[in-house]
Amino acid sequence: MVAPGHFACPGCGESIAFRHVLHALGRNTVVVTTAGCGSVVDGYYPTTASRVPFFHCSFGTAATTAAGVKAGLEMQGDRRTHVLAWAGDGGTFDIGFQSLSGAAERNEDILYVCYDNEAYMNTGVQRSSATPKGAWTTTTPKGALEDRPKKNLIAILAAHEIPYIATATVAYLEDLEEKVKRAKKIAGFRFIHILSPCPPGWIFPPEKTIRLARLAVTSRIFPLFEVENGKEYSLSPMDEKVSVREYIQGQGRFRNFTEEEMAMLQRNVDQAWDNLAAKAKPKKRKP
Amino acid sequence: MRRLLTGNESAAMAVKLSRAQVIAAYPITPQTAIAEKLAEDVAKGELEARYMKVESETAAMAACIGASMSGARAFTATSSQGLALMHELLHWASGARLPIVLVNVNRSMAAPWSLGVDQNDSLSQRDTGWVQLYCETGQEVLDSILIAFKLAEGMLLPVMVAMEGFFLSHYFEPVDVPSPKEVDRFLPRRKAKYRLDPKKPSTFGGGVSSGVLYSLRQRMQADMEGVKRFYNRLCHQFEQLFHRRYSAVEAIQTEGSELTLVTSGTLTGTVKAFLKESRKGPKVGLVKVRMFRPFPTAEIRESLKGLKRIAILDRNLSPGSGGIFAQEIKASLLGVEKAPRVLSVVGGLGGVDITPGHIHRLASLLIDQMGKTPDTIWMEP
Repeated sequence: MVAPGHFACPGCGESIAFRHVLHALGRNTVVVTTAGCGSVVDGYYPTTASRVPFFHCSFGTAATTAAGVKAGLEMQGDRRTHVLAWAGDGGTFDIGFQSLSGAAERNEDILYVCYDNEAYMNTGVQRSSATPKGAWTTTTPKGALEDRPKKNLIAILAAHEIPYIATATVAYLEDLEEKVKRAKKIAGFRFIHILSPCPPGWIFPPEKTIRLARLAVTSRIFPLFEVENGKEYSLSPMDEKVSVREYIQGQGRFRNFTEEEMAMLQRNVDQAWDNLAAKAKPKKRKP
Repeated sequence: MRRLLTGNESAAMAVKLSRAQVIAAYPITPQTAIAEKLAEDVAKGELEARYMKVESETAAMAACIGASMSGARAFTATSSQGLALMHELLHWASGARLPIVLVNVNRSMAAPWSLGVDQNDSLSQRDTGWVQLYCETGQEVLDSILIAFKLAEGMLLPVMVAMEGFFLSHYFEPVDVPSPKEVDRFLPRRKAKYRLDPKKPSTFGGGVSSGVLYSLRQRMQADMEGVKRFYNRLCHQFEQLFHRRYSAVEAIQTEGSELTLVTSGTLTGTVKAFLKESRKGPKVGLVKVRMFRPFPTAEIRESLKGLKRIAILDRNLSPGSGGIFAQEIKASLLGVEKAPRVLSVVGGLGGVDITPGHIHRLASLLIDQMGKTPDTIWMEP
């Protein structure tokens, strides 16, 4: 569904995620994407990497534009085509937030997938509200590192009581595709949050993308779970827990992380994990 | 069938008759009644469309862009701040060559807040690549929307139909409402050649080289020129079917006039009323400009040919320059031999009333003091 020769950087999490999301969705899909890495990666006219219809919309309007596409298709008698809004963290957590909330609240019948690389990477690593505390970016430089925690988007979307929310990463691709296939069968607004490591932005060697995505999950910094109707939480199968240090130390953006911050992060992650586990029913790994 | 309708009701009626398939709108006075009526038509099943209750005007236009890109006929209505909020997406819609139709009910821009009318909201959007048509009556609103969809879909350019708030949007007028069958004959269902179709996958709107962008803008300019010819053709077709005649510029009365007033929108009606009342005194003429983008340069020249003096009445202001129609008309007369002397009059901002009495005093003043007036003449409030 994605042709080779696209414009992604080596080790790009976004391009892996896109390929697998489309693989799970199938040919009968229309993609709407905002400004961002995903928009650039697709290619430059007259080339395109996408083998399904692909529309570039304005930065702040992925969800609404996708909802408009869906409404238009339906009014022409096409109820089968899946409409995917594909946006980065900037286009989702920040400039597209109003559009996202509006479409979620109205329960528009689209699948919204956020590929989250935790900053404005396409414009050269500027901080977004998805950037984690303590991270370096060009707008949170040394001396003024990011001092606020990452926006808890899942909690906000759960409060919209939409039918389906899931988190996924490029380290667990079967889990990712399974979630897309689940979402595909559900009507209404569905949201999948994919953590997509970014070698130049996070400052790590490109061959470590999958390893970092895995550590984000095993450290429980980015746990894998699903939320149905905003209320029913279920944890996805995850490997043995490791310390947050394992995840943090491999990335140049956290070079200035202090021991104190490391300890605080561990406490916060443990706390968040306990809260999540208390809400969730465990899910059995498929045989 | 002849019915008593407000301008807003005429607009909603036209959208219903046009069988718009996706309507996305956000409430703003004085447009709201259009959105309400269409929501009701959809709820009652009288219009087979999806009404999207979006969270902002940005979203309204984004939804129209998505719907239009999918091949559907899309409509929105707005006013003032709402149109300004759409600005980025107005460029997007025209750049993506989407035949969306938008009704803008003119209202002054804040600050400060005002419910009054002037045309600054829509005229501020003149460089966005939208066709702009200005209406004088409820009938013209209805007819212009029917023509607008056909024009938009034929040229793949979005069309904005503008009417002044309250003066036109809220006043009742008798309007000839054509039957759905008649409208279907004039305006069949949209057949989109380029659209998001999984059977024929294409990518739209991604990055291009400078050269490609340049050639697309050249094509847009050429197609805007084409809009003028196509509009004339459609108006002719419309007249054959509905017996009402429209054109980009209308010389209502110019022969032998000492002074010709040039207007747009409802001011035309006011001047007509003045002309009816004043049979004595110096002869005053009237030219009405209906199309603002593309600017009908040739038609303007033709209508003003041989006239001695013209005064352009603008219910709008480009601060630091003056009336906006005046700027454009002056520019279109540049290099024309024996071009008329042009005066620019600004008035009615914020909905300040302009009556036939005002026009009478203005015309007398202009004829008496010709040659002694400043660049921009302010109409008495």
